[in-house]
Amino acid sequence: MSPYFVELGPQSLWYLLEGAGRTLWLGIWAIALGTILGILLGCIRTYSRVGAILLAPLIDITRSVPLIIQIVLINSALGISGFFWGPFVVGVLVLGVYTASYTSEVVRSGLQAVPDVTKRAGRALGLTGLQNFVFIIAPIAGRIAFPGWINVVLGSLKDTSLVAVIGYVELLRASQIVITQTQEALIVLAVAGGIYFVMCFAISAVAKRVETMQR
Amino acid sequence: MIVLNNVEKRYGSLEVLKGVSFTVETGEVLSIIGPSGSGKSTILQCMNGLEPIQGGEIIVDGVSVHAKGTNLNTLRQKIGIVFQQFNTFPHLTAIQNAALGPRRVLGAPKKEAVERARVQLEKVGLGDKLDHYPSQLSGGQQQRLAIARALAMEPSYMLFDEVTSALDPGLVREVLETMKLLAEDGMTIVAVTHEMAFARDVSTRVAYFDAGNIVEIGPAREIFANPAHASTSAFLSHIQH
Ligand SMILES: Nc1ncnc2c1ncn2[C@@H]1O[C@H](COP(=O)(O)OP(=O)(O)OP(=O)(O)O)[C@@H](O)[C@H]1O
Ligand SMILES: [Mg+2]
Repeated sequence: MSPYFVELGPQSLWYLLEGAGRTLWLGIWAIALGTILGILLGCIRTYSRVGAILLAPLIDITRSVPLIIQIVLINSALGISGFFWGPFVVGVLVLGVYTASYTSEVVRSGLQAVPDVTKRAGRALGLTGLQNFVFIIAPIAGRIAFPGWINVVLGSLKDTSLVAVIGYVELLRASQIVITQTQEALIVLAVAGGIYFVMCFAISAVAKRVETMQR
Repeated sequence: MIVLNNVEKRYGSLEVLKGVSFTVETGEVLSIIGPSGSGKSTILQCMNGLEPIQGGEIIVDGVSVHAKGTNLNTLRQKIGIVFQQFNTFPHLTAIQNAALGPRRVLGAPKKEAVERARVQLEKVGLGDKLDHYPSQLSGGQQQRLAIARALAMEPSYMLFDEVTSALDPGLVREVLETMKLLAEDGMTIVAVTHEMAFARDVSTRVAYFDAGNIVEIGPAREIFANPAHASTSAFLSHIQH
C-alpha cells in the first residue's frame, strides 16, 4: 500500500461517527426550524388568501430549484452582502426553509382534510374560533399530517449531505475524506450508508409507535 | 322560545329561505319534514348562528341571534345540535367528546366535566363505551354520542338534523328511541326528519317545508290526517309508500 494512504482503522470509524453527529446536529436544527416555520406558513396559506398569494413564489421556488443550487446561491449571496455565517448556519437556514416549504404543504392538506361538519360541531358547542382550532382542528389535522411530515423529515435528514458543498463536514463529506485517505470506497460507503439507515430507521420506528398510540 | 320572523337566507344567488316564520314553544317537539334540498338543514344552522341570514330575524329567549352585539358562543351553550353527517370528534374518546363542552366552554373543573359527560353517555346507552374512540363505535352509537355531547352542555333546546339518515336501517331505531326519551323528559326539540313515525307519534307539531318556505304547520295528527295543501299530501303519500 502506498505510504500516502492511511490504513482503515478505528480512527476512520470515529471520524465517520463525528460526521454522523454533525449530520444529526444540522438535521435537528433545520427540521426544528422547518417544522415551526412550516406549521406557521401552512396555517397562513390555509386561512389567509392574501398570505397564500404572497407565499406562493417562495413555496414554488424552494420546491422547484434543486436544493444544492439554493445552498450555493444563498451562501454566495450572503457572502457578497458581507454575512459570513459559516456553513452550519447557512445550512440550517436554507435546509430549514426548504423543509418549511414542504411541511407547509403537508400542514395545509391536513387542515383542509378536517371535515366541515366536525368544525361546525365544535363551534356549535360554543367553542370560540381559537378554541375550536386548538382542541378540534389542530389535533385532527396533526394526525392526518403526521405521516407526510415524517417523510419530509427523512428527506431533509438525508439532504443535509448537500450542505457539504459549502464546506460542512457531515457524514457523506466525512466518508469522502476517509475514502481519499484510505482508498477503501466500498467499505466506507457501506458503513456510511449503514449509519444513515440506522438514523432514518430509528425515526420511522418512533413514528410508527406514535401513530399507533394516537390511532 | 325560538321565534323566526321572516327569515331570508341566500347562498350566493340561490335563495334557500324565502321569508320563513314560525315559533318553537318551550317544551314542544316540532318536526320539520320536506323534500331533499328544500333548506331544512339551513333553517337549523341559522337558529344557532352557524349560518348568517340576509333578512328577517331569529330570536332565542329574547336574544336576536344575528344582531351585531350577540355573543354566539354564549347563545350556543343552550342550543344543542346533532348533524346529519357523523360529527363526533375522532381524536377523542366518547367521554372526552362529551366532556369537552362543559370543560372548555363552561369552564367546569375536569372532574365535574367528566361526571356530566358520564351521566349523559349513560342516558343514551353508551355507559359501557366511555373509553371508546368514535372509530370503534357503530353509526348509531356515534350519533348517540353526538346527542350526549350536546346534552352535556345542559341545553334548553335540541336541534336534530336528520340524525338517522346516514344510518343503516337496523341502527335507526336506537337513535329514535333516544330522541323519544328526550322528548318525554320535556326537552324542547326541533327535529328535521324523514322518519314519519317519529314525526307523527313523538312530535307535538309538524311543519311541512318546501321550496324555501313553511307550507303548513300544525298539530302532528292534523297534518298527517288531513293536510291542507296539495303539496303536503303529495309529499306524504310519496314518502309513506
Ligand atoms: N354551504 C352552502 N353553499 C352553497 N349552497 C348550499 C350550502 N349549503 C346548502 N346549500 C344549498 O342550499 C339548499 C338547501 O340545502 P339544505 O342542506 O338546507 O337542504 P335540506 O332540506 O337539508 O336537504 P336534505 O334533505 O338533502 O338534507 C340546497 O340546494 C343546497 O345545495
Ligand atoms: Mg339537510
